[in-house]
Amino acid sequence: MNWDRLQEKLSILSDAAKYDVSCSSSGSKRTNKGGLGNASFSGICHTYTPDGRCVSLLKILLTNHCIYDCLYCVSRKSNAEVKRTAFSVGEVVSLTMNFYRRNYIEGLFLSSGVMKSPDYTMERLTKIAKKLREEERFHGYIHLKTIPGASPELIHEAGLYADRLSVNIELPTQKGLELLAPDKNHKEMVKPMDEIKQGIVQYKDDKKNKLVKSMKFAPAGQSSQMIIGATQESDLDIVKTATALYKKFDLKRVYYSGYVPVLSDEKLPALNTSVPLVRENRLYQTDWLMRFYEFEPYEIVNADFPNLDLEIDPKLAWALRNREHFPVDVNTADYHMILRIPGIGVRGAKKIIVARRYGRLTYEKLRKLGIAMNRAKYFIHCGKYYVSNDYDSLQLRNLILHSGKSKYTKQFDGQLSLF
Amino acid sequence: MLTILRYNGNFDGFLAAIFDVYDLKLQDAIIRREDGEEVANLFAQEIYSSYDEKKAERVQLRLQKILGKRGLRELWMSFLGEEKGIEDTLLSVIRYALKTQKNVLGDYGHPDVLHLRDTLKKIGRESHRMKAFVRFKLGDDGIYYSLIEPDFDVLPLLEYHFKTRFADQRWLIYDLKRKYGIYYDLKEVQIVNISESESKNGLALREIRFDDDELHFQRLWKSYFTHTTIESRLNKKLHLQLLPRRYWKYLSEKNPLL
Repeated sequence: MNWDRLQEKLSILSDAAKYDVSCSSSGSKRTNKGGLGNASFSGICHTYTPDGRCVSLLKILLTNHCIYDCLYCVSRKSNAEVKRTAFSVGEVVSLTMNFYRRNYIEGLFLSSGVMKSPDYTMERLTKIAKKLREEERFHGYIHLKTIPGASPELIHEAGLYADRLSVNIELPTQKGLELLAPDKNHKEMVKPMDEIKQGIVQYKDDKKNKLVKSMKFAPAGQSSQMIIGATQESDLDIVKTATALYKKFDLKRVYYSGYVPVLSDEKLPALNTSVPLVRENRLYQTDWLMRFYEFEPYEIVNADFPNLDLEIDPKLAWALRNREHFPVDVNTADYHMILRIPGIGVRGAKKIIVARRYGRLTYEKLRKLGIAMNRAKYFIHCGKYYVSNDYDSLQLRNLILHSGKSKYTKQFDGQLSLF
Repeated sequence: MLTILRYNGNFDGFLAAIFDVYDLKLQDAIIRREDGEEVANLFAQEIYSSYDEKKAERVQLRLQKILGKRGLRELWMSFLGEEKGIEDTLLSVIRYALKTQKNVLGDYGHPDVLHLRDTLKKIGRESHRMKAFVRFKLGDDGIYYSLIEPDFDVLPLLEYHFKTRFADQRWLIYDLKRKYGIYYDLKEVQIVNISESESKNGLALREIRFDDDELHFQRLWKSYFTHTTIESRLNKKLHLQLLPRRYWKYLSEKNPLL
């Protein structure tokens, strides 16, 4: 093997793939059938890079050659500054197997620039997954990116070997897409999502009815991602798009990728713009509220509040706008309402439900359970006892804001000085 | 009068000691390993709880009835934390369970239950970390080798994971702190001890000859680690929080080759 050549390819093609944020390796229960590997249902992060992101999968592009010219993408056709290269099928297979055997990774996340045509590219991605499964008897996690415009048959075949498929929606709005990626449009982009959804439904039905010995089809579901902060969209626009994706196509996850300015163009944010890390974080918090905290999207952002408050988390923001629901009695309230108390997470809420069966909960007990009382105390009561709460929402907001030091203080300084 | 019950140091022995606590109707008792520290108490009597399989089994069945299989396993797991005096916590929780005849493991309001929960969380986290941070290096004998120094004795919790996942390769994971390892020979997992002189600083393991390709794959992995980092998002605080320094020693991506 030409190790130096392989080394070079790996550095180029991992560099080009790193802006894809998904690294999840969870949601699949694939077992090892006499070969190598299995899927861990809750996923495993094998290491963390100095940017604090986890490394779970070997995330690479098959090639960074591309026939498209999307302005936000480093691999766009017109970018003369990057070196172009491509892995062979065998190289990707060997890297995956050897990394996996050393317990570096949970599996492979393979994406690609579009080489020659969408079908040509998709076929090669599928071929790699097939080879790993059938020839190498690899049962670890495989995430394949589907190439926009690839034929339904190829996408279906990919689903037979992959644990997860994803289709990137790229930008939150059609308008943004028209501006930055004139070769693409949302209608075309969501087509494969629908096909994948049908495939998953079919697989689940077959499994339930035991009609045929069902072949697995993307058991970890499908996901998508969009870049935020590259165009002028509001948080409401973003949440709208995300909600539509969750509802229409049953997506497992929608990822947000804060735009990293790598290219200079008058249609893009300037090169010295900082990555919108706080906004990205607030959007993920919103996503969590929708998926695990029983919130409706429009409780969090709506026409009156189209953008998220960057200084406080969206759950606290909601609570401050809806004071009539508080204080909540933690000894009697249902799970749904306990989840809405600022300072109490899913685990905390579950602990409360279990622990109160054994006796009344007091402030002291709640603190011992690990509840963030500095926030929660203003929104709960334990029977007759509760912290006096005559503050209006603005006062309360400031009180909470100044009682702790936000880990984002530094970023705020940077961002606010722009205005 | 305080009674100090000494037992053989393993979980079954502990269960047998629990039997004695009830059999001898000891109101005020603490249970300690036979090789554990002295308990300074002038008025305490010290007795040895002789191990008897039947005693242990009876306690086990009784506890399983109240706490469920899972609860019993959790009691066992808490033992792997090697925490001094964990026996006190367990004895208290067991007394509480037997008294109320309820599965009390959810009663976070009880200080000893809470302590047990916290201990289990720590052990679970360490075991999960080892599933992530074990790095195998391929020897020229075809065996994949890994050294670890986990905070707790988690090898028993790792066996199943590595056996099912790496079913078609031979591997050895060696705990340098506790001087034993688990070795999988393509059929089953066995415990291996490398003699004291050999295992000093893991010498015997470090003198393994590596496969010709091993270095190349380590270099590729390190390069991948570097190139998948986004420079404009560097966040050292988060990095250290997720990957504490004490684990770096055996991570290929954080060290010079081999």
